[in-house]
Amino acid sequence: MKHKSFKAILVASTVFGSAGLSYAQDATLTIESWRNDDLSIWQDKIIPAFEAKHPNIKLKFTPSAPAEYNAVLNSKLEAGSAGDLITCRPFDASLSLFEANHLAPLTDLEGMNNFSDVAKSAWITDDGSTPFCVPMASVIHGFIYNVEAFEDAGVEVPETEAEFFAALDAIKEKGNYIPLAMGTNDQWEAATMGYNNVGPNYWKGEEGRNALIKGEQKLTDEPWIAPFRQLAKWKDYLGDGFEAQTYPDSQNLFTLGRAAVYPAGSWEISGFNTNAQFKMGAFNPPVPNEGDTCYISDHTDIGIGMNANTKHPEAAKAFLNWVGSEEFASLYANSLPGFFPLSKTAVKMEDPLAQEFISWREKCEPTIRSTYQILSRGTPNLENETWNASVSVIKGAETPEEAGKRLQDGLASWYDPQK
Amino acid sequence: MSVDIQRTARSQVTFRAIAAHAILITYTLIALFPVFVIVINSFKSRNAIFREPLSLPNAESFSLKGYETVLKQGDFVLYFQNSLIVTVASLTMVLLFGAMAAFALSEYRFRGNLLTGLYLAIGIMIPIRLGTVAILEMMVASGLVNTLTALILVYTAQGLPLAVFILSEFMQGISDDLKNAGRIDGLTEYTIFGVLVLPLIRPALATVAVFTMIPIWNDLWFPLILAPAEETKTITLGAQVFIGQFVTDWNAVLASLSLAIIPVLVLYLIFSRQLIKGITAGAVK
Amino acid sequence: MIVGRTFRAARFTPFNKLEKLMQKPISKPPIRWHIPVFLAPAFLIYTAVMVIPLLGTIQLSLFSDIDGEQVFVGLANFKTLLGDQHWSQQFWNALLNNTWFFVIHMLVQNPIGILLAALLSSNKLRMKAFYRTSIFIPTILSFVIVGFAWKLILSPIWGVAPSMLDVIGLKSLFTPWLGKEEYALTTLALISVWQFVGIPMMLIYAAMLSIPDEILEAAECDGVTGISQFWKIKLPLILPSIGIISILTFVGNFNAFDLIYSVQGALAGPNFGTDVLGTFMFRTFFGFQLQLGDPNMGSAIASIMFIIILIGVSIYLFGIQTRLRRYQF
Repeated sequence: MKHKSFKAILVASTVFGSAGLSYAQDATLTIESWRNDDLSIWQDKIIPAFEAKHPNIKLKFTPSAPAEYNAVLNSKLEAGSAGDLITCRPFDASLSLFEANHLAPLTDLEGMNNFSDVAKSAWITDDGSTPFCVPMASVIHGFIYNVEAFEDAGVEVPETEAEFFAALDAIKEKGNYIPLAMGTNDQWEAATMGYNNVGPNYWKGEEGRNALIKGEQKLTDEPWIAPFRQLAKWKDYLGDGFEAQTYPDSQNLFTLGRAAVYPAGSWEISGFNTNAQFKMGAFNPPVPNEGDTCYISDHTDIGIGMNANTKHPEAAKAFLNWVGSEEFASLYANSLPGFFPLSKTAVKMEDPLAQEFISWREKCEPTIRSTYQILSRGTPNLENETWNASVSVIKGAETPEEAGKRLQDGLASWYDPQK
Repeated sequence: MSVDIQRTARSQVTFRAIAAHAILITYTLIALFPVFVIVINSFKSRNAIFREPLSLPNAESFSLKGYETVLKQGDFVLYFQNSLIVTVASLTMVLLFGAMAAFALSEYRFRGNLLTGLYLAIGIMIPIRLGTVAILEMMVASGLVNTLTALILVYTAQGLPLAVFILSEFMQGISDDLKNAGRIDGLTEYTIFGVLVLPLIRPALATVAVFTMIPIWNDLWFPLILAPAEETKTITLGAQVFIGQFVTDWNAVLASLSLAIIPVLVLYLIFSRQLIKGITAGAVK
Repeated sequence: MIVGRTFRAARFTPFNKLEKLMQKPISKPPIRWHIPVFLAPAFLIYTAVMVIPLLGTIQLSLFSDIDGEQVFVGLANFKTLLGDQHWSQQFWNALLNNTWFFVIHMLVQNPIGILLAALLSSNKLRMKAFYRTSIFIPTILSFVIVGFAWKLILSPIWGVAPSMLDVIGLKSLFTPWLGKEEYALTTLALISVWQFVGIPMMLIYAAMLSIPDEILEAAECDGVTGISQFWKIKLPLILPSIGIISILTFVGNFNAFDLIYSVQGALAGPNFGTDVLGTFMFRTFFGFQLQLGDPNMGSAIASIMFIIILIGVSIYLFGIQTRLRRYQF
């Protein structure tokens, strides 16, 4: 019996073993990514375009579940089974992969010259010497609104905070739409589309962000508490039961035409275009006082790098160079409106909403999310704490001052410049 | 008077039966309602899912879009096949090897019996997921990454502790007379195990099978890490493709997962029949 | 007597072995090759694929990453976990939540399971197979589906639960349960009960079926029927099975992860109100969002989980189970 079963295992392993991957003569590159959403775009547009130019290189786009991407990727890299090309999260997640020699340095990559220092900042060593991922796209924060809802309540696009709340009041008064479509169940929206969306106007974008990193400002200072004050006011404009409203719930609320304003990231554009049957517009986060400079979060979000252990470094570099090209930028930006290319050459975009978002780069000062660079390196993790704090402030469980103090204490417990 | 008593007794019985049915029906409704919500919504258009989650699909809201997407995107027949191969092969190995080990532990006295038993039971207490990196390294070293064998090995290891634990307890109950009679007839220990003992513990095997099968069928983690290739995707992993970072194709998720219920339900029906039949047969003897 | 097996089902082999050792005359053949042959496949696969990788992980809990090097630090990680304010607060929160999660299962899942099994095992009942299968269906569903279905039902927006409560005039009772710190954990525990009640039901049902008819007939002759028959005859006889179920529930609950992760995410909101040891460990070990994975601290949490479960199982094996046996004989 035992003999038989062992034979069965042997047979099984040979059968299944040979059913595994068969490697082609030419280089086949596997791309690791968390972007399930983009599977068809890669298969139908990006990969054919690249393969047409490089007939001897084949690409395979193999996205995994977004929530598990980091854990899965790290395990695979650790064990040596990861793909040739790695889609990079911004900042520390990728930096730690580079430091562990999982990502190859891209200092000499020609395509890198097409990117500005700001674009490269998310995927470069702290001293700025060695980049390790090619920047692919950034996302811009703002608000998407239902044009019909605004007409219904007779309000105009707000430019200042006062106008913003007046508009929300008018919509609430009229009662046909939920003024703001956001929930706190999944937590991250409150921080990403709340705190880091409206915040840069108060902490003056890069100026405040850098001051925080240098330890010149504290999270208990007014510019960092003020965004919480605004969030605390949002509570009255959210839908009933927002505490249990999930992220997809909010998306559906808005696209089904039941909510007026959606605190957004530009990545929503393509999904909203497909699902919403009404006219949409977008506005940048309203400034505190009329005439203030506006700041937007133009956040470096996706890059792509090379597995240091790839068997096909030349082919991988050829692909990375192509990612730096104008062709890729235009292809990517137009297939995925809302993911804005980071290369120096301007790209023409067709989508009106995407055009609106990117037009803010002209009139406002861009910055990135305040918690991403350096400040989320320790325990407690500032980004995760900010999720939690933003939610408590919206719910009214914590005052803006208390939230600021808690974040500051957490940061100061491990970050020397803040001690 | 005796008629009265009989009547009271009968009406008591009827009352009891009605009460029993009432409780069971209520609970069945509770158990099935969410499943019902999933299945009806898998046949509706996206807007209808969220507009009227409870209503049945009607002419306006009926949509097979989810099922169409599922059939178009990826090879779902292959995913089903992979899931079935992995589940059935792991189950077979867990049951066979588990029963063999349980038999050795409960039948023979030997040095280290107690220790071996404890050693095998410890695996119940710690999730195998923690060993992920080492397991993956091992699979890479042996070239088993992106094969179904890797999954089968992991699930077998994961299922064995509970199988040995439960089966050895059941094995205790088998009468020694039967086995000794077999020994007197000159049967080898292997024959005693295979021919006499295995059929007797059928209900226990069925129980273990049900316990083992469900987490294997529904596991997302190991397929994601050990065998994410298109050729070796399981159905649970295949359905993940529709859950995006920002956009989730609920039609397709609901459709694919509704379909995924069917095979595992069939397996359950097979095993639970075995379980009930085995017990009832045993009780008669 | 085959029926005896379920009565003694809760006995743990190695200890029974000792008993047998004392009863039987010793007749030991020189080398019995069949013993290693029986044990080898299970032993080898289990050791290679489970024990060795896990040992490697547990060992990590004694090390720490200092400038990219793994350095032996003894019990320092455990000291941080239990001593450092940030860590210990999360740890005790998770442990407390986990205990509550378990308590709900013991108080709700197992009694319901026993009740359903008792009803199903009554002889004359029709449609048994239908009930049995229907009630078991939630158990075979994947967590993705369970999470989606319950979020949709309990959603304050799409209104399944609110509108149903409205029908019976209790709309005011509705709150967004999953989003409120005070209700979320209990709600999740009840969802988990809903999903897994089929397991105790099936095990108890099997145990009840194997109670010999003679015993029940004898009881009926003595006028012990119905509910008192359940309390006086059946319940004592299925106690070992209840013991097994309790310990399986305990182990399962203290390893729980998937449901909470799929409904509330890795940060187990609201405000860590649903954080259990499993989610805490996962978040720490593999990292989450900008928080990088820390395998050393993660393993420390895993080791403590293991110790907690080991203590629970030992209490069962050495305390409760021996008493159950005494009760039987």
